Amino acid sequence: MSDALIRVNGVNKTFLLGNEPVHALNNIQLQIQSGEYLSVMGPSGSGKSTLLNMLGLLDVPDNGEYWLAGADTVPMDEEQRALYRRQQIGFVFQSYHLIPRLSAAENIELPLILAGIAPAERKKRLQPIIEKLGLDSRAGHLPNQLSGGQRQRVAIGRAIIMKPHLLLADEPTGNLDSSSGAEVVALLEELNNEGITLVVVTHDADLGQRAKRRIRMVDGVIVQDEKNAGANA
Amino acid sequence: MIRTDDQLRFALRAMLRQRFRTIMQLIAMSIGVLAVVLLTGLGEGGRQYVLGEFSSLGKDVLIMLPGRKETSGGMPPLSGEGTRDITLQDAQSLLRLPEVERVAPLIVGNSEISRGSLSRESLVLGTNQAFFDIRQMKLARGQALPLLPLDQPSPVCVIGDTLRKELFAAESPLGQWLGVDAYRCRVIGVLEDTGTGLGMNMSDALILPVASAMQIFNTQGMFRVMIDVRAAQGVARITNDIEQLMTERRNGLLDVTIVTPDSIMRAFDNVLSIMTFAIAGIGAISLFVAGVLIMNMTLITVSQRTAEIGLLKALGAASHEVRSLFILEAVMMSLLGGGLGLSLAQLCLWGARLRFPDIPFAAPLWASAAALGIAMLCGLLFSWIPANRAASQAPVLALQHQNGK
Ligand SMILES: Nc1ncnc2c1ncn2[C@@H]1O[C@H](COP(=O)(O)OP(=O)(O)OP(=O)(O)O)[C@@H](O)[C@H]1O
Ligand SMILES: [Mg+2]
Repeated sequence: MSDALIRVNGVNKTFLLGNEPVHALNNIQLQIQSGEYLSVMGPSGSGKSTLLNMLGLLDVPDNGEYWLAGADTVPMDEEQRALYRRQQIGFVFQSYHLIPRLSAAENIELPLILAGIAPAERKKRLQPIIEKLGLDSRAGHLPNQLSGGQRQRVAIGRAIIMKPHLLLADEPTGNLDSSSGAEVVALLEELNNEGITLVVVTHDADLGQRAKRRIRMVDGVIVQDEKNAGANA
Repeated sequence: MIRTDDQLRFALRAMLRQRFRTIMQLIAMSIGVLAVVLLTGLGEGGRQYVLGEFSSLGKDVLIMLPGRKETSGGMPPLSGEGTRDITLQDAQSLLRLPEVERVAPLIVGNSEISRGSLSRESLVLGTNQAFFDIRQMKLARGQALPLLPLDQPSPVCVIGDTLRKELFAAESPLGQWLGVDAYRCRVIGVLEDTGTGLGMNMSDALILPVASAMQIFNTQGMFRVMIDVRAAQGVARITNDIEQLMTERRNGLLDVTIVTPDSIMRAFDNVLSIMTFAIAGIGAISLFVAGVLIMNMTLITVSQRTAEIGLLKALGAASHEVRSLFILEAVMMSLLGGGLGLSLAQLCLWGARLRFPDIPFAAPLWASAAALGIAMLCGLLFSWIPANRAASQAPVLALQHQNGK
């Protein structure tokens, strides 16, 4: 399928832990279609985060090809990758990574500011997202005045405000209790239903099972890649 | 590309919403600048004060003293052990030279000054009215010596303020008689209290006409002759003319020495250049301390925000944009801190001038400029280094950096 959103071909990534080389990604082959819902599971240290960071252009592989929306991103320079991150990719972290001095609304607005969008237009785009996230009454609050679930919703708002094709979430519920975790998962799945491509790294088997396509990693290798034949056409 | 107004707002927010951090950094900056400007200001004030004291003779005053010593550029001979006296007529004759404006002959001695049962050993100066103008002495009461022919004695005197206090206390001294050894004179003026200068201390002195002093000390020879000249002619030429005249009057033998203000200044050059060095040293050390202070503060505050830099990059900001955001913040911080320090220093110096009006405390321009420059440079450089390092990393590395580490 040549119109795949993501095509990863023979990608390797090695870290040096002390003197020991760790093969965090070992000859990865992966294709993801636009609109897919993918979960990545596997034991700790198996390379899940490394894979997600590489897909999010936060890190570069040692070699191989990574085609995103029709372009190989490996030879790109840092500035070009920044442009791709801004326009194509939303990232949700386990520890939210909100800027503590900015209010919820200002954190969500940040990517628009970085993209140089005028204030009037920013306001127009911000309002519906805040409503969708159910953060109306909290928009002016600082992150430390919000619950974990609310913080993660702010982070998701920030990830999708640029309308990216790809939403990457690294253990988005890892710091949350089960009920706020469920809320966050529902929000992510709603976004997927609206068309965004969703990749979730998780340790939570229940959450992993909800995805229509499930990848399992061990020692930097994709050992299993199964699809819900019935659910995802 | 981030809009300029958004950049400004981002930097402003960072400063206003992290007040503790901002205040700490401003304190570091302003103390650095304050130290440099204040210390050099105090030092320079002292230097200027000394300089002023030495040049209080005035630029256009030459001093003639008896005796000829071939000086090798060192101190001119201060002990007037001349071979032949300089007479009143010698002094008078100088007025014939067109470049010479005024002449003040000077005889100096110590005498017993008495008033009734009070008496006191004190400095006695015999001179004329011109001396008051040349030394720019001001009178608190009464008048200066009257305009008399040089060779005419007159029983009048002007006294310094300390002498007045000791002999008259609260009484008015004007018109009162004083004894100077066996001689008697009437007080016609009191000098203004100018505090203690570095030169001759006039507040202890009694000044009377030169002819009177010649009688008291039974001498014909002048201790000094001060010559006020029109300097437009060039001091070297005038000195030459005077030497020529004196040579003629003294049968072809030049046995007087003319001292120019320049040569006096040169004699104190060592002192002054040591002081200049000391001030520059103080400036350099405090600049260095200020630099280290600012360096530490900025390094810490920017390093703490490595994760934030990683986040901005993860959200799609280009490295150079992140860098310029942090530089802008550093510029604003440095300008504010530097300006604050400069204003505080000026305020302190102003206070010091109020307290000690005699001493011209003021920071030299180079010190203010260097302090501000170093503050800016350190602020910029040491926010640029960590910001640049974080901005050049892969975003994931910067992101993994824990806050506050
Ligand atoms: N920056 C780094 N420097 C050195 N080694 C690293 C670095 N990042 C990851 N690694 C190593 O690479 C391997 C894969 O790490 P990764 O974070 O991708 O695992 P993970 O599957 O996400 O684990 P977890 O479930 O615990 O999050 C690990 O052995 C880890 O120690
Ligand atoms: Mg991980």
